[in-house]
This record gives sequence, C-alpha cells and structure tokens, in this order.
Amino acid sequence: MRKVLLDVSLNCGEPAHIGGALSIIDIMATLYGNILKLDIIKPIDRFILSKGHGFLGLLSALHCKGYIQKDELMKFQTNGSELIAHPIVNPKFGIESSNGSLGQGLSFGVGIAIAYKKKKKDGSIFVLVGDGECYEGAIWEAAIAATESNLNNLTAIIDCNGFQNDGAINKNMNSDELKAKWQGFGWNTIVCDGHNISELLKVLKVKSSNKPNVIIAKTIKGKGVNFMENNNDWHHGRLTQKLFDEAIKDL
Amino acid sequence: MKIFDEKDSRQWSRMGPRAMFGQFMLEIAKDNENLMVLSADLGRSSGLDRFKSMYPNKYLSVGISEQNLIGVAAGLAKEGFKVFVTSFAPFLSMRASEQVRMNLGYMKLPVNLVALGSGVSMGYLGNSHFGLEDIAVMRSIPNLNISSPADCGEIGKMLSDYCVNNHGPSYIRLTGIPGSPSVYKSNYDYTFGEPITLKKGKDLLILATGSMVAQSLIAGKALSENGIDAEIVNVHTLKPISEKIVEKLNKFENIVTIEEHSIVGGLHSIIAEKIVSKFSKANLFPIALPDRFGPTGTYNYLLEYHGLIGKKIAINILNFLKKNKS
Repeated sequence: MRKVLLDVSLNCGEPAHIGGALSIIDIMATLYGNILKLDIIKPIDRFILSKGHGFLGLLSALHCKGYIQKDELMKFQTNGSELIAHPIVNPKFGIESSNGSLGQGLSFGVGIAIAYKKKKKDGSIFVLVGDGECYEGAIWEAAIAATESNLNNLTAIIDCNGFQNDGAINKNMNSDELKAKWQGFGWNTIVCDGHNISELLKVLKVKSSNKPNVIIAKTIKGKGVNFMENNNDWHHGRLTQKLFDEAIKDL
Repeated sequence: MKIFDEKDSRQWSRMGPRAMFGQFMLEIAKDNENLMVLSADLGRSSGLDRFKSMYPNKYLSVGISEQNLIGVAAGLAKEGFKVFVTSFAPFLSMRASEQVRMNLGYMKLPVNLVALGSGVSMGYLGNSHFGLEDIAVMRSIPNLNISSPADCGEIGKMLSDYCVNNHGPSYIRLTGIPGSPSVYKSNYDYTFGEPITLKKGKDLLILATGSMVAQSLIAGKALSENGIDAEIVNVHTLKPISEKIVEKLNKFENIVTIEEHSIVGGLHSIIAEKIVSKFSKANLFPIALPDRFGPTGTYNYLLEYHGLIGKKIAINILNFLKKNKS
C-alpha cells in the first residue's frame, strides 16, 4: 500500500498529503484487509475519513481491495478527476463521505450509528480523526452526542502522529492528554501502537457494551520512508523521481 | 395534508408558525415510518412537545450543538431516514453553515432544515436571534432548495411535499408569529417551486415571500383604491427560482420585491440578478430589511418600523411610481 501511495503521488506531479497518509496506512491496511465487513451494494460496516487529507491512505486501501482500478487510480489529482486531495463521496469506489473540512466526520458517523441502532442493523462505524483535528470544537460536540446515545457500534480512531499543518502539535494534545480527554467525555478509550498490525487487529475488534469506542493510535507521520518520518515538510509535499527512488528503497 | 377550510386557517394563524410546525409534523409522522425530527435543545420552541411524547423514537435532541446537529442529520439521511431539523434561523444557516455546505450541499443528502423565527419575528430576543441574512448565506450553497411559506397553511403543504417527494436538501424559512395574517383561507393547489399568482394586475408586479405575501395583499387593496392595479405573486420558493417569474420580468415596467430579509442577498438580489441578465428595462424597487442591525421591540413594532406593513408598503410603492413618472 505504501508503494501504491508513492506511485500515485509521483504520477500526479503535484504536491500531495503524503506524511499524514503514511501515518494512517497501517490502520487502513488492518481495517480494509481484515476488520471491515464491506459490500459495495449494501455496506455493512462503514468507514468515514474525517481527516480527509489522509485520502492517499484510503485510496491505496480501496485500490488494493479492488474497488478502484489502476486506470482510475492514476487519475489522482489530475484535471477533472474525482480522486483528489480529499474524499468525494462515491459509492462505486467505496468512498462513504465527502470530507476535507476538518471536524465534521464524527458527527456524520454518529448519525449513521444512530440510524443503525434504530434499524437494528448489525455493523460498526469507524471514523478516523487526526490529533490536530481534535482542536475542532465540533469533534467534542459529536463526542458528547455519541455517549448520550450509547453508541457502542461507533469507533473513533485518533491518528496521533504529533504534527499538524504548521508543525509539531502542542503537548496538550499528545496521546496521554487525548486519552484523558476522551475518557473524560465517557468513551471506552484504548491506546495502541498505530503501526503494530497485531495490536491493531485486537483493538479494532473491541466493542464496549454501552459506550462509543476510541482508539488512540500512536503513529509516526511519514512512517516507512526514512526521510519523511517526523519531517513535516511531507505534510503536503511534491515527490520527484529521485526522492521516489530513495523512498522505495526504504520500503 | 388534510384539506383545510376557513376555520382551520383562522385557528392555524392564531397558533402561529412554530406551533403549527409541531402540529403538522404530528400529522406527517402518522404516515412516515422513516421520519426523524431533530433539534438542538429547541424542541419546545419548535412546538414539538407533543411530537416528542407521541413519537419518542422519531425524535432526537442532540443538545445545544448545531454543527453536530447537521452532521447527525446527514448520517441519518444517508441511512434512508427522512430527516427534518429545526433550530432558529441564524443557528442553522450561519452557526452550522459549513456543515450544511459539506453534508447537504456537497453530499446532496436530503435533509430538510426548518428555520424557525426567521426575519425579525424573535422580537425582543434581538439581532442575535433574527434571521436577517439566512437566505443570502444559504442560497450561495449549491444543491440546496430554499422555501419560505406565506402562512401556516402553506407551511403544512410545504412540509408534507418536502417529506413525500424527495427534492434534495432544503432550507425552509418560517416567518411570522401567532396572529400574523393568513393568505390562504381555504385549500389550494401547491406545487414545489411554482410561484402562485394571487392577484392579476397590469400596472405593477409585486413579488413577495414569506410573511410579506399577506402584507402585499393588504398593500394591493390600498393601491387599488388609488387606481393602481398590481399583480401580486407569492414566491414561496426562492431557489430554484421559477422560470415563470423570470418570464414576468419582461412584462412589467415596474417591479417591487418585498421580503422580511436583509436587502443583501435575498429576494431582491435574486430578482435583480435576473433583471440584469435578461436585459430587462424594468424599474426595480426593493422593500426589505436594511443592511444593518436594527432596533428590537415587538414583532409588529419592528415590521412597522421597517415599513413592512401593508399600509406603508402601499405608500412607498405610490412614491416609487410617482418618482418613475416624473
């Protein structure tokens, strides 16, 4: 999946959100490779990428899953393409929502989770949120709503890569602090290594009996490519052939 | 919705738009298994107390969190629920405007936003609660319908139409208070998007929306007494704007728009844009709220202050016509 991500980034010739996509890519692999019960026609589980700029991570997963073919994939960030920096809802491709404006995906997930409860529909709703995104007030509005409706079918995953657009995130928003905050809001809170697949497999299956679940996933921005790791220039950066070749060697 | 008569119309007008919203939703809930009505702690103010106790499974209050309210509504709509969301006009159209843009406009999820107490109907609650700019903000978002019913009967017609026929995401703007005059004394034909000509005339075209439709009819009578024969149209749906209205713009030399909304971005702007793009030579006279935060007071005081009552509308129109002649 990392290779797909790099291929696509190189091919478009435009700056792309690579760092924050690499930080979620093991989470995406675990979700799409094992956890999610998917059905294009009648989705069972649903995945919402609230941190829409991580779309390259989702795109790679949807390609590896066979929902997006190579010719479509390679249109990423080309003129007129529907596959751009942020997800645009597209049932055919398995993209559940349009995102890009931060702080909105969790409420959407809460609405779907409530609908599932009302319809007595099995299935889980996963919403991936950035750590920087947790500065958005609307995230906490949704956090309250989810506990009030006892949405144990909802799991938020916080991608704690420690960086936002302008640099490192304040220590008030590190994984320990986020854990305390989510616990304080009444969520079933689990901390894990966001790059350890066996750990992810375990925690993503956890369902509280009456609370919404949150996985605080400790991740590394740019994970897997040495010169990108913890280097925020790759929050949104342009890949050249030379850099691509170097990156591929690291995988 | 049931066929109504003069007695209903009188009673509904006495109860006012907010209480009637709650009443009509009770009726709609009977026939719609998939209905959900959402509020952000303004259920009581939306006339939904009875709804809440009769249909607890179809009602959800998410607490005072309008941005979250829209996201949750969109999630429910995605799963096939028919969703109506209520709050006061500025909280839906501005506090949550980006959520409306992303979830309703961009994703085209068919949520119906019912904006209560728009215009200056919140009286002493003041400008924080007034819906001065909501049409302007909402109409700039693609894929969103905007409607503003002329009276309580039309609220009922509109709500059941939006529920039964999926027109996509919509913003339904309620103006007026208990006791505001009604336009329709008995049942009538309502079609989504189609303006309704209430009075034919040859001297002048009056396009009015929401609470101002009834005031236009009052103004129309006063104009008749002064020998002016005005055509009066209820523009209950502002977006998409009907081609029938556009056609009328070339037929009249003088056109007046009347709305309980800021002069920026509402009915006046919609018509002015059409006049310009059609190279119409009509003289356009806007009657609207000014582009400023005005005083507070009772609703009727404010309407009078802003010249939004029939008598004053007629005087202003006569002056406008006189000026154009000279």
